[in-house]
Amino acid sequence: MVSAARRLLPYVSRHRHRLFLGLACVLVTASVSLLSPWVLKYAIDDLTAGVTRAKLGVYAALLLGIAAVGGCFRFLMRRLIVGVSREFEYDVRNDFYAHLQRLPVGYFQAERTGDIMSRATNDLNAVRMMAGPAIMYTLNTAIVFCVAIILMLSIDVRLTLIALIPLPFVSLSVKFFGSAIHRRFERIQAQLSHLSAVVQEALAGVRVVRAYRQEAAEVKRFRRVNQEYLDRNRGLIQLQSLFYPSMALFLGFGSLLVLWLGSRQVILGRITLGEFVAFNAYLVMLTWPMIAFGWVTNTLQRGMASWKRILQVLDAVPDIADPDGTVVRPEQIRGRIELRGLTFAYGSGEPVLHDVTLRVEAGQTLALVGGTGSGKSTLLNLIPRLFDPPPGTVFIDGIDVRELPLATLRGAIGFVPQEPFLFSTTIRDNVAFGLGEDVPGDAVEAAVRRTATVASLDADVARFPRGYDTLVGERGVTLSGGEKQRAALARALAVDPKILILDDALSAVDTYTEERILRGLREVMRQRTSIIVAHRMSTVRDADVIAVLDHGRLVEQGSHDELLARGGVYADLYRKQLLEDELAAS
Amino acid sequence: MAGHEEEALGKAYDARLMRRLLTYLWPYRPIVAVALAAIIGHAVLQLAQPYLTKLAIDAYIATGDLAGLDRIAIVFLFVLLGSFLLECVQTYILQMTGQRIMFDLRMQVYGHLQKLDVRFFDRNPVGRLMTRVTTDVDVLNELFASGIVAIFGDVFMLVGIMSVLVYMDWRLALVAFSVLPLIALVTRWFRQHVRETYRTVRVWIARINAFLQEHITGMATVQLFRREARSFGEFDRINRTHRDANVASIFYYAVFYPAIELVGALAASLIIWYGGGWVLEGSLTLGALVAFLLYAQRFFRPISDMSEKFNILQAAMASAERIFTLLDTPVEIVSPPQAERRLGSGAGRIEFDRVWFAYDGEDYVLRDVSFVVEPGQRVGVVGATGAGKSTIINLLMRFYDVSRGRILVDGVDIRQMPLADLRGLCSLVLQDVHLFAGSIAANVRLGDETITDAAVRNAVESVHADGFIDRLPAGLESPVAERGATLSVGQKQLLSFARALAFDPRILVLDEATSSVDTETEVLIQGALRVLMADRTTIAIAHRLSTIQDMDQILVLHKGQLRESGTHQALLAQRGIYFKLYQLQYREQEIAAAG
Repeated sequence: MVSAARRLLPYVSRHRHRLFLGLACVLVTASVSLLSPWVLKYAIDDLTAGVTRAKLGVYAALLLGIAAVGGCFRFLMRRLIVGVSREFEYDVRNDFYAHLQRLPVGYFQAERTGDIMSRATNDLNAVRMMAGPAIMYTLNTAIVFCVAIILMLSIDVRLTLIALIPLPFVSLSVKFFGSAIHRRFERIQAQLSHLSAVVQEALAGVRVVRAYRQEAAEVKRFRRVNQEYLDRNRGLIQLQSLFYPSMALFLGFGSLLVLWLGSRQVILGRITLGEFVAFNAYLVMLTWPMIAFGWVTNTLQRGMASWKRILQVLDAVPDIADPDGTVVRPEQIRGRIELRGLTFAYGSGEPVLHDVTLRVEAGQTLALVGGTGSGKSTLLNLIPRLFDPPPGTVFIDGIDVRELPLATLRGAIGFVPQEPFLFSTTIRDNVAFGLGEDVPGDAVEAAVRRTATVASLDADVARFPRGYDTLVGERGVTLSGGEKQRAALARALAVDPKILILDDALSAVDTYTEERILRGLREVMRQRTSIIVAHRMSTVRDADVIAVLDHGRLVEQGSHDELLARGGVYADLYRKQLLEDELAAS
Repeated sequence: MAGHEEEALGKAYDARLMRRLLTYLWPYRPIVAVALAAIIGHAVLQLAQPYLTKLAIDAYIATGDLAGLDRIAIVFLFVLLGSFLLECVQTYILQMTGQRIMFDLRMQVYGHLQKLDVRFFDRNPVGRLMTRVTTDVDVLNELFASGIVAIFGDVFMLVGIMSVLVYMDWRLALVAFSVLPLIALVTRWFRQHVRETYRTVRVWIARINAFLQEHITGMATVQLFRREARSFGEFDRINRTHRDANVASIFYYAVFYPAIELVGALAASLIIWYGGGWVLEGSLTLGALVAFLLYAQRFFRPISDMSEKFNILQAAMASAERIFTLLDTPVEIVSPPQAERRLGSGAGRIEFDRVWFAYDGEDYVLRDVSFVVEPGQRVGVVGATGAGKSTIINLLMRFYDVSRGRILVDGVDIRQMPLADLRGLCSLVLQDVHLFAGSIAANVRLGDETITDAAVRNAVESVHADGFIDRLPAGLESPVAERGATLSVGQKQLLSFARALAFDPRILVLDEATSSVDTETEVLIQGALRVLMADRTTIAIAHRLSTIQDMDQILVLHKGQLRESGTHQALLAQRGIYFKLYQLQYREQEIAAAG
């Protein structure tokens, strides 16, 4: 808890000048507000003794003046402190997102998207409340508390001590309820994340749910998490419905004691009626800080719980990071790829690649062949370090990829995944996604058109009324699987990569279009190192090297002719396909 | 980026919405009545406290009656205990009722989402819909838990204080009330401005959500294309605008609260000035003056509370409008009314009768398509990208309704069949396999508990998915990560086959399902499919022509029209579009085979 709190400091101290100024305003506001009961005391005592109207006028004017001055500082206090809390929120959210961008892909596979989002919004807001308004109220409470007690002591020591008897009970109940509330709140937040995740999943898979008539089952599943959410909330509410009233009760005891014993003092002539009224007014002034105190402890508890959830993300180690000190620019990469004894497992699981050794010279094409789960995609993911290979296993131009700056490594690679992801922006922006900001507009336009042609995307784009300005996805057109793949291909080609990686990148493209794309690609591939995974033998056959993976092991490699001559797995696969084709064609 | 919808909405108070919101409170009216009684009782007890002070000053301090003071103290004690009890009861009931209503609302929203047309999901991003189920509903919770009923309590408290003041001294009461117009003015000014800024803030928080949702999902792409800096820049811009909108709204709060306090001080000054004068004249007791000052303090608390609650109300109105808009979105594709229902024989005959369809306006993707699939027949659909192949499935499953013409299953227009019957006849395997968090077995049987473990096992083995599943640590009970992230595309495909099999359909619908699986796996699946298709009607859309060559009929779609149909051999002999497609795919293999 302490160390987590310390982690807040850098964010808060960034705005320390405004914060201190704001806290100074809290000081003034609180002190000024404490003056009014004192004015009241004189007014009442004078009234008992009998005064002139003029003097009453002075008191009335004083009360108004005090409120005006206090109001000005209260205004400044809010602007400064709540303003800082918004700055704080902004800073943390930026850091949060920046950190997400550094985390490896594996992280996002293990965590639920809805859960991460909830930390960036709901949790962050709870922390902001803690960092801003809670600070403001805490200080205000502390000042009002101390000064009011001093003033009360100056009126009557014994009465003050008696009036304060219930206070320890307030602290005790705050402590007791506070930690219990904190625990229950954490459980509620966790369940809310879970609930969000269930909704997201069901909505994303709406077609499957409908096709299999699972609507009722989904509603049932949702009812379960919803019920659990309700139950956990009940736990919190039970505590809260005792917490605040019991605070009011303890404070009320204070008023009772003052009314009872204080009026005796007045009768006995130990204090004046004005002092009695002022004393009561101070006690009332203490009530709000005490209730605010309850609110503050709650906010602190919630805030710390949320802050810890945010820290969990911020502390996730970006274990795929830049090496120290190497300077290699993307254009210096030639594109020779080498795997040396590569064995790889996800986390602590079984290895999915065993001792794979392979070499592709710059400008050559490597085709990977193998069954489902043979490790082809894994191998491809290791080259741009989407997952990190063990040290000394994957090399580009003889340099361990782990020793290359990430920007250089990834800048040299054009990657087309099996299931491409497009952003909900225009087709142009999607294709130009990897082009730097410094690339001039007409160069972007040229690159987009050139690569769209190679990827056979141009004809589809021409069909859209707004052409390359057509929005993709939820607010625009829904692209078919094949169109998405071709857009992703164009996107990869647009960065003019030295190394091109196609992970079954045309699986959803129809035969005719695929043929056309491959013709264009052959030209493009001549100038770069390419690694392709494909199921069509016609695509594989022309590769300089064909590598056959089987359950993570490299079982064969060589050219098409060599592998056919060897009569191994590849020849088997090839013959199987040919046989099928022949049978079918006969 | 989402948020366009948010911009259009956000009325401060809307009687129609309010009435509708109150209907959710209706089922809980007995318990809410109890809470209301508790609130009123609590308010009365709160009002009693200053009055007891007045009594103490005027009746006992002035006369030096110590025994009277003891009596007052005892009454005060009971007032305190009563307040405590009533506040406990009231808090618990109101908070719980709020949560229960949220539960109901969430079920209703979610239930409606499960009914809405697929077309709706094409237009509404998942992130935005999630906000409806979580954030928007939670905002309404505030409304029920500390809004509506508590406002009633505040109003009661105000009226109570005003009555007591008038009762004690009507002249001084009028003096105290003279500041009320000022309060009204300040509050109105505040409301007008806060409303505007509040709406802006909502729009930008929605954009932050949409941005995060998209970029977390597409993080691999961001990293592969080294877009981190630019994406961060975009995020920073949204985040910054959100912050600035918030900072703008602080101003209004910062003015409002001190202004209300100032008006309070003005009231106190007036009470001292006039009341003090009357005390000097002897026409007002000192105790009454003190009680007036105490009541004046309490007078402003409910008012500033009510403005606070106005924010809740405002947030609630905006959220309620969004939720109701969602709930009011009509479901177009529904089961027909009982009277018009017709049941098919369940044999599995499919007929497309002059079907036209456009996703949007007049942009037809299917034009006048007619064909018949006899029960047990296997039909393959081929065609270039955009030829309308997937649309055939979307229409057959009634994800969308035809624009013109009709689709008959077993002689019945599918619009006259109960949806559950239609979809129960068909199992669908989609190109993008969707998996749920849960075990492998749960992903096969989904929520259908009538599918036994043995049936799951059987389905898994039939599609040869047992190979990879048995290698997993817990076999069928192994967990699947979100969206099946830990499985390969081929493995996901196999799982979705097993799922389709487990549901034992009359009609099997395969949408490009076999396209992403490598040759070896495809061979395995072909075997399984052949067994499966033997007594089922099958519609398969495939790019690999090899997968559909032994189909009973092949339909060739071209630019939305059915251009050719027949068996593989017949179509080849026809030397048309199919022949061209075939040639393209097999030319190279043929050359290789010949050489």
